[in-house]
Amino acid sequence: MSIIYFLIGCSLLLAICFLAAFFWAQRTGQNEDLHTPSMRILLDDEDENDAEK
Amino acid sequence: MTEQYAVEDKQFCCHGCQTVYQVLSENKLCSYYNYNVHPGATRSRIDKRFDYLNEPSIVSELIDYKDDRVTIVTFYIPHIHCSSCLWLLEQLNRINPAIHYCRVDFLKKQLNIRFDHQKLSLQQLVELLYDIGYEPLISLQDIIKKQNSAVKDNLVSKIAVAGFCFGNVMLLSFPEYFGITSYEHSFKYFFGILNVLICIPVVLYSGWGYFVSAWQNLRNRVLNIDFPLALGIAVLFIRSVTEVLTRSGAGFADTLCGLVFFLLVGKFVQKKTYHHISFERDYRSFFPVAVHILDNGMEKPIPLSQLHIHHRMVIRHNEIIPADAILLKGNALVDFSFVTGEAVPVSKTLGEIIYAGGRQTGEAIELEVVKPVSQSYLTQLWNNEAFIRKQDNRMQTFNEKVSKYFTIVLLLIAFSSLFFWLPTDYKRGFAAFTAVLIVACPCALALSTPFTMSAALSVFDRNLFYLKNTAVVEQLASIDTIVFDKTGTITTGDNSCVKIEASLTEGQKQLVYSVCINSIHPLCRMIYHYLGGIERLPVSKYSEIPGKGILATVDKHQLRIGSSKLVLGYPEEKAAYSTNVHLLIDEVYQGYFAFEHHYREGMDKISALEPSLNLHLLSGDQDHERLELVKFFKDPTRLHFNQSPQDKLEFIESLQGSGYKVMMIGDGLNDSGALKQSDLGVAITDNVNNFSPGSDAILDGRSFNKLPAFLRFSKDTVKIIHFSFLISLTYNLIGLSYAVTGNLSPLIAAILMPVSTVTIISFTSIATHLAAKQRKLL
Repeated sequence: MSIIYFLIGCSLLLAICFLAAFFWAQRTGQNEDLHTPSMRILLDDEDENDAEK
Repeated sequence: MTEQYAVEDKQFCCHGCQTVYQVLSENKLCSYYNYNVHPGATRSRIDKRFDYLNEPSIVSELIDYKDDRVTIVTFYIPHIHCSSCLWLLEQLNRINPAIHYCRVDFLKKQLNIRFDHQKLSLQQLVELLYDIGYEPLISLQDIIKKQNSAVKDNLVSKIAVAGFCFGNVMLLSFPEYFGITSYEHSFKYFFGILNVLICIPVVLYSGWGYFVSAWQNLRNRVLNIDFPLALGIAVLFIRSVTEVLTRSGAGFADTLCGLVFFLLVGKFVQKKTYHHISFERDYRSFFPVAVHILDNGMEKPIPLSQLHIHHRMVIRHNEIIPADAILLKGNALVDFSFVTGEAVPVSKTLGEIIYAGGRQTGEAIELEVVKPVSQSYLTQLWNNEAFIRKQDNRMQTFNEKVSKYFTIVLLLIAFSSLFFWLPTDYKRGFAAFTAVLIVACPCALALSTPFTMSAALSVFDRNLFYLKNTAVVEQLASIDTIVFDKTGTITTGDNSCVKIEASLTEGQKQLVYSVCINSIHPLCRMIYHYLGGIERLPVSKYSEIPGKGILATVDKHQLRIGSSKLVLGYPEEKAAYSTNVHLLIDEVYQGYFAFEHHYREGMDKISALEPSLNLHLLSGDQDHERLELVKFFKDPTRLHFNQSPQDKLEFIESLQGSGYKVMMIGDGLNDSGALKQSDLGVAITDNVNNFSPGSDAILDGRSFNKLPAFLRFSKDTVKIIHFSFLISLTYNLIGLSYAVTGNLSPLIAAILMPVSTVTIISFTSIATHLAAKQRKLL
């Protein structure tokens, strides 16, 4: 059963990676504006040919 | 105004909108019009007034960052309201390639722009934004605000750490609770050590704020709820470490992490932010950054701080007069709606003093400054001590009052159980002592207020009543006196419906219209707006008698329009409920135009609140509406007219002096002092994005009739808090009955803490919901 030591170590390490990722997102301001991206994604990219008309 | 604006086959309302279309179509940005039916603002005014943005001292205060190539600037653009706005503002680089990057924050209505300042000046950038219909709001407070916003707390990160540790510790504690067989005992020690290690960041990072706050409060000789919380956290940690290191037990690591996690979540819930609403506005947030002055006949912009007495300033259409000044040149038609809430512009004659805060409409005027900005009639209000003093005169919340006694009782129980066991069994004594502090840690108590209040806040929010923070709900519940401002608060902004009490033929209407359009008197303006676009006839004779009316000859008809004294020759009977403008055509009396004052819906409901609440009225106006207002304010001595901003503030102060808890409801800058001084200042506005003075709460005019329901609901929420306090006390008593004997097992603590928390959270949210339903607020 000593494999438990290794498994717990792995799971903790993985969880810490996620925590670090969250910290990185928080620090670079990715969570500051949660509303605008949801609107931005609905706007179409302009079709260049269409615009040339 | 019948000119047509058209490009190709497209019609526009004004030259401005046509220009917007041309700019957009030249740059192939016409998708702007596809996303929504009416994007942008109407652009029927054109003038250039951004010269001050060439002044380096002003520019340097506005921008966020500058190096030798790029400048980064953030503008607040109040008009951002739809996806078209977003789309267009993020395509600015296609209109001008000198713009590298632009990003909109939709909720904050901010635009962040990075541009090459060698190719594009800040002034040109602002003019570009103005030309496409998105004028940024550049004000003095903007600058100040930016400097203040540096302090940022990392509550979310703290919650993340606490949540992470809570989850892991829970998993590692399960084997202990489900029982570990004897041959797996080495795991038990390993899990214990791991738990203690995981707890360290929870105590030192997430929970550290409680230690700091408890220490600061102790130094100020205040016992608030943070003290027992910090004590609980410390005891939990120390006992867990000793138990694990001495191998005497499993420790309370999961309780510790859960406690800190739930507490922080409570803190997070309590903090509601309204991005689009500011509660801290004063005159600086709508005064301009700079003003144009005449210097040896040349116009030049100077920052407002350098504006001195005897400067001659030029104020254009839609600009705000920043200091008390004498009118020297031009037709002044000043809109004082920011100051008084009165929407009808007031005309001023040459040589008259115009008070700061008015917005000029019409042509450019020249004025001489008679008082510096900070000393003017309006702004000197901010020198009053009500604005300098910190807000410590506000009421103590229930939580603050209770936690003092709670802490004392808690310490008493803890020490008495320690001394009870100490002579017989010192180990048991310490176990009982720590167990009491752990079990009675007022987690549920600390959570009851934030969860109830945040539920209440969202109920208010749904009903268009925006509170600054959760403490305001409790303040609302303890109000016993309400003071109203008149204009704009209980009367609506565009008040006074016009009614014709005369049968006029179309021809006669045309005559009246042609006369009234010559006058700038507010009532005349309302008459010709009411009559609408009729063809205008030439007026052959015209004379206006100030304060009385107009004598005119149009198309060979003689007209007399004005007060009954002028038209009929005798003064009006006092009993009239409206302001009347009488009309005489060719010596025949035709009748009158009646201007009725329009009160907000629900005024009668509010007057029904008496006698449980005292209602007062403060008005800056004359008392000609006294008779109508007596209907609402039964006691005539509670109507106060001719009140200056300073008078209003002092009146509130005197009420407070006699022990009343005063709520002030106002809407203009002239109420700012009273709003600040009162126990609860509510600013009422018809559009929350518009300017409203600094206050504790902002009420949308549409919800004015719900005010009595709001007051009752706030009382309900306070009752809910009291009740949830009882629930958490019950849990504490159950826990204490185990704890004083010294036999608290980690399992009981680990169950009790989350169960009590969940009970409190669900009770408060359900009870608040039901209370809101009962008051018809949901």
